[in-house]
Amino acid sequence: MSQVIATGKAFEFTPENVEKAKVFIAKYPEGRQQSAVMPLLDLAQRQNGNWLSREALEYVGNFLNVPYMRVLEVASFYTMYSLKPVGKYYLQLCRTTPCWLRGCDNLVKVCEDKLGIHNGESTEDGKFTLLEVECLGACVNAPVVQVNDDYYEDLTPESFEALLDKLAKDEVPAHGPQVDRLNSAPEDGQTTLLEKAGDA
Amino acid sequence: MPTLTVDGVEVTVENGATILQACEEAGAEIPRFCYHERLSIAGNCRMCLVEMEKAPKLVASCAMPAGDGMVIHTNTQKVKEGREGAMEFLLINHPLDCPICDQGGECDLQDQSMAYGSGTSRYLEHKRAVKEKNMGPLIKTTMTRCIHCTRCVRFATEVAGVEDLGALNRGENTEIVTYLEQALNSEVSGNIIDLCPVGALTSKPYAFTARPWELRKTESIDVLDAVGANIRIDSKGQEVMRILPRLNEDVNEEWLSDRSRFSYDGLKAQRLDTPYVRKDGRLQAVGWAEALDVVGAKLAVTDAARIGAIAGDLVCSESMKALKDLMDALGVANIDCRQDGAKLSTATRSAYLFNTTIAGIEDADALLIVGSNPRLEAALINTRIRKRWKKGAFPIGVIGEQIDLNYGHEYLGAGAATLQEVAEGKHSFAEVLKKAERPMIIVGQGALTRNDGDAVLALARQVAETTGMVTGDWNGFNILHTAAARVAGLDLGLVPGEGGKSVPEMLDAAAAGDLDVVYLLGADEIDTAKLEKAFVIYQGSHGDAGAHAADVILPGAAYTEKDAIWVNTEGRAQLGLRAIFPPGEAREDWAILRALSDKVEKTLPYNTIDQLRAKMVEVAPHFADIDVVTAAPWGEFGTAGAVDAAPFTNPITDNYLSNAISRASGIMAECSAAFSGKVEEGTGTNG
Repeated sequence: MSQVIATGKAFEFTPENVEKAKVFIAKYPEGRQQSAVMPLLDLAQRQNGNWLSREALEYVGNFLNVPYMRVLEVASFYTMYSLKPVGKYYLQLCRTTPCWLRGCDNLVKVCEDKLGIHNGESTEDGKFTLLEVECLGACVNAPVVQVNDDYYEDLTPESFEALLDKLAKDEVPAHGPQVDRLNSAPEDGQTTLLEKAGDA
Repeated sequence: MPTLTVDGVEVTVENGATILQACEEAGAEIPRFCYHERLSIAGNCRMCLVEMEKAPKLVASCAMPAGDGMVIHTNTQKVKEGREGAMEFLLINHPLDCPICDQGGECDLQDQSMAYGSGTSRYLEHKRAVKEKNMGPLIKTTMTRCIHCTRCVRFATEVAGVEDLGALNRGENTEIVTYLEQALNSEVSGNIIDLCPVGALTSKPYAFTARPWELRKTESIDVLDAVGANIRIDSKGQEVMRILPRLNEDVNEEWLSDRSRFSYDGLKAQRLDTPYVRKDGRLQAVGWAEALDVVGAKLAVTDAARIGAIAGDLVCSESMKALKDLMDALGVANIDCRQDGAKLSTATRSAYLFNTTIAGIEDADALLIVGSNPRLEAALINTRIRKRWKKGAFPIGVIGEQIDLNYGHEYLGAGAATLQEVAEGKHSFAEVLKKAERPMIIVGQGALTRNDGDAVLALARQVAETTGMVTGDWNGFNILHTAAARVAGLDLGLVPGEGGKSVPEMLDAAAAGDLDVVYLLGADEIDTAKLEKAFVIYQGSHGDAGAHAADVILPGAAYTEKDAIWVNTEGRAQLGLRAIFPPGEAREDWAILRALSDKVEKTLPYNTIDQLRAKMVEVAPHFADIDVVTAAPWGEFGTAGAVDAAPFTNPITDNYLSNAISRASGIMAECSAAFSGKVEEGTGTNG
């Protein structure tokens, strides 16, 4: 069977998204408007509940005058486009070596125990989808889970569980490190460059 | 023009040529899977690695432009190891199912792994398995075997002009599929079977029926359209197993249309294999002697003015010549090969030829299509037009039905009125044609089979003359025929003699009781209901419309069963060879007519096909010049007159059922159901 899922519901950009799409298209030289396929797919995915249905793919194809097959090739090549419905909170859990060393397996277990979902599955209420992914590029804050667009870093099973609890109530806590540190600065305060510039 | 050294041989190649082409020029063989001369370069199989001095790594020769002073080695140890490595990667996921694979014996992967592989495998892991994909009734898929060379995707996109085939996902999960797994709807889809270097895409109708080494290969000519594509007929015993294209740059390049490739099962069905005579209202099998006696007696007692002869679309030149000679001997003037009633005359040869030639399309710079859908009527001419269009600066105008052509075009209008505007220079497209240096016009049978066909022809001629289509070295005036027999018929003068009747007139006369005997030589595309009152003799290979109306049936040979000369729409005479013998009692058509001439005591003056061909050459010298197009001089034709306001209608409505052989073919019936949108309601409970 085909990878494409049809919903039977027509898809159309909202007026704001049409304006955004025009901005994207205008970035490309005359006659190369088809290059805007990737930002437009992203736009369509955001409008369509974080996944691309057949209607959305074909709408983008028609919008740019690109054959549907070419749109689908792009959408299926990149992992950041979903061709299947995903939960409201799309958990992409990093399992590459640094995160794994820092205990990402425990985070997977939290998902399995708490939400009852395994890799690639969604909860029945449509709230969460779990996907184990390769390196998200935030190794210094491992382990990391990406929730939709945002990274939640330095997670422990406890803090991850608390995060899921909040998300279940549709409260979205601040993203970034979930321990007391700024970005990737040392946890217990600075250890180097203690002198201010000019003091020496 | 870079000059480089390949294995010590110095070669100079065209600017923009690749190292691979330079290596071929120098006589070095380069293995490849993804590279194909007629497709864009992909560079993804990595099989064509060669060593280039001063380069740190081996280079993929198909994708690397040749540069001046390069020194290339194709036979070093490093190259050998590189190719072995590439081959090992390709075989990682390729199943070892050669014994049950239809590609076995003619498989690029098999051959090249023998020649360039390491001979052993170090791979112990599981291989991936991919589900088979639906690509319609013609193409069988075994996608586990796919090595992702993307030749099929590039062919569909670039040559066939259908964007339905693509490579989804990535890396190890890459799969070649059609959009939504629908059937691949292209009139030239079968070519991806030839292009596939492995057994991923094979022919569905041919599946598991033969091995390539069992087949006898006969080089012949296709007759299911007027292109005259060069084909290879593969037969086993007395059965045609498959038909493949043969390379001819001037005609079909290396492609073949689906109708021509897959109609072969029609050669086994609905065959006329014994003579029949209608006795007591029923057709009954009889011997040749009796059938010829009946026909001879009937012809002998009938007034020549009340006899008519019609030659069909799939009839060879030799039998048409024999028919013409026989009818001349009997004094019959009612003879016609223009089954569809096209208003073409034989006075000027250039008036009924595709003068530009098929290869010549690539030199044209503007095109007007009138009353034709080349996609269905001549799929390979259509791919040529598309090839030219892709190069750019090729405005195309269409007058006639609004059709889905796989290239950009401007729709000008529906009928002769628009053509008149162009001819009189009142239409904007007339300016386009005038500005072009080598403009061309293609006039289809849809514009010529009407009552005002002669006037339309005159208009087309006016367009050609007013827009400078005919100059010293360029003739842009083209008639696109739909029948393989037509040009030869016109060349041999199978048109009504003095006071003779054309096909529509003969049919009307027969309906009115003014024509007693009608000789149908393979003529099936006529309204046979009008022939009820007449005594109908049908000579041909298939039990189609003509045979159903017949009083005597003389079984003839199909195009795969006789040596024959065919003249394509360009006027190119080509020699088709016999692959198998006709079934049962069926005989070669010219020999039947020769035997019949004895019965009416008008013995034709030839006993062998060579003597017959010599007679043909007397009438039309180009029959001696096999494979050559002789330019026909421009002359007078067409009669200016009032034109009808009715829109042009294209001659072919169902691409897969346009002739008696295809209509007998089960494969074509399936295609017609799948692609032509005509679903036959079954009886009963419909499953």
